Amino acid sequence: MIYEGKQKIWSDYQKDIPDDHYFYVRSCIRQSIFPASEMVFLDITRNKLQKDFFETEHHTTCGGIAYHSDAIPQETAMTIIARQFALMHKYGYENYVCSCITSFGLYTETLETWREFPELEAKIKEKLWESCKLEFAKPKYLAHASDIIYKFRNQIAQQAKFKLINKKTGEPLRVVEHIGCHYSKMFPSKGFGGAEYPYVLAGMIEAWGGEVIDYPERRHCCGFGFRQYFVQTNRGYSLSNTHKKFESMEPYKPDMIITNCPGCPYFLDRWQYVISETEGKTYGQDGHGIPVFTYEEVAGLVLGYDPWDLGLQVHQVGVEPLLDKMGIPYNPENKFKGLNNKDLGRPELPSCASL
Amino acid sequence: MGKLYDKLTQDYRVKEGLKACINCGTCTAICPAAEFYQYDPRQIVDIVQSKDDAEIEKLLKSETIWYCGECMSCITRCPRKNAPGLVIMALRNLSLELGFFIESEKGRQQYAINKSLCGNILNYGYCIYPRTFTSALHPEAGKIWEWQEKHFEDVYSRLGANLDGNGRGALRKIPQEDLDELKRIFDVTGATQRLESVEKISMEKAKEMGLTEEEYFMKIFTQTEKDHLNH
Repeated sequence: MIYEGKQKIWSDYQKDIPDDHYFYVRSCIRQSIFPASEMVFLDITRNKLQKDFFETEHHTTCGGIAYHSDAIPQETAMTIIARQFALMHKYGYENYVCSCITSFGLYTETLETWREFPELEAKIKEKLWESCKLEFAKPKYLAHASDIIYKFRNQIAQQAKFKLINKKTGEPLRVVEHIGCHYSKMFPSKGFGGAEYPYVLAGMIEAWGGEVIDYPERRHCCGFGFRQYFVQTNRGYSLSNTHKKFESMEPYKPDMIITNCPGCPYFLDRWQYVISETEGKTYGQDGHGIPVFTYEEVAGLVLGYDPWDLGLQVHQVGVEPLLDKMGIPYNPENKFKGLNNKDLGRPELPSCASL
Repeated sequence: MGKLYDKLTQDYRVKEGLKACINCGTCTAICPAAEFYQYDPRQIVDIVQSKDDAEIEKLLKSETIWYCGECMSCITRCPRKNAPGLVIMALRNLSLELGFFIESEKGRQQYAINKSLCGNILNYGYCIYPRTFTSALHPEAGKIWEWQEKHFEDVYSRLGANLDGNGRGALRKIPQEDLDELKRIFDVTGATQRLESVEKISMEKAKEMGLTEEEYFMKIFTQTEKDHLNH
């Protein structure tokens, strides 16, 4: 392939992201499982990068998980989304950024469907007015929150207190990046690097000193599967997919995993626990698991936040091996303390205590 | 052209997701569900484009349309820009609309899904809400979740969340006026009618099986009797 041709293909998968002034909406899973990630995202963007990220208490779920679990019709999901967009407009914003990948995929699908079928857009506009008396509007720009951290990855690197480098050996840490399926598999042009060479997380890893691992099942789904997880008897589907990924990445000896979807870090973390409980197998070094992080948590570690302020204590797979490699100080005594050092006891240890 | 096919083509997901399938099977090759379940999206799309109503009706009553995990990996790989995952969503939608979902074990699970996810949306404004995500129903959430569950208020405060609190922040209490708007959206867009219909049909099935509502919920949530797996 000639160089110019390659550049042209790559340019199709670049996004020109606005610098500032975003309407921020939260993720149902992120809030429930790793809420500190959203807290640190807003702290980084507002206080370290001095940007305007606005949130209102009136926004809700986008309904995406229910939509992909077949619990609500398409028009219901679209009208909930129209309500979110209307709130953005009401508060004077044009740029919309969401914390959730399922939401990002559904917002993109909705905007593309409205573009292709204007009569459907007109119908949703009516439904929005009928139900909420809100003025219909569409964002000028739609971003996923990981796009923002990607955009400012070099500024974050300039403020870095720690790097993705093994402090003892000086070698880059070996990092698996896992991108949520709905980021760019449905609409490749909407994600950095498209679906074939998504770069949103790889760019952060490289900017912060790490080395990206390429492995056979790199693009395989984490296995969420919506109804394949929510119904207890279907969960073998979810576990099997995660198992497949870990078996595939194991020979490459990853130091850590970084993700951009709210569901994926939960599944990659918790199914490691289940595999260790049922098979006695762990995938990290010295009997540990492979620590799994959100991109907000990794940005926070790089910038020198306290690991327990980032919420790393609510991961089932212990994060300490990675903190030690990066040379990040932490107080083990404080790990499970509440506010003002309130004693909350400690969780029971899993069967593989070193997990 | 049959009536069921006509109904399917009214769904925007079929308008967008089914152009001309060449039956190459690339979707099946990439599909995580096809590796795990006895599932072949190529075959499903082929039946839909055959426009054969009798075969489509069998599909709507089958287990197979419920196997997809909606990861949408098939869309990336289809050489003809079809979206088998969207076609599956339209098939499921029609199966629910016509009550055919009750004929399959995997389709019957919809009652449990609706109850938990839509219950969370209408009561709290979230699809997932920690107080209903219990260790009892989610043992895989681990020892850490069991601990967290015992100390929800303290742990969420420590993590900067605003669990059930007023104002902004993670897991805030979403104001009643906003929950009322969600309910009205459900009412005017067919979700309320869909929920009531799935519940009515499911409760008739529970009665036929000699089960109370609670027993039926736990049965469809925790048990499958058929062999669904790809061996």
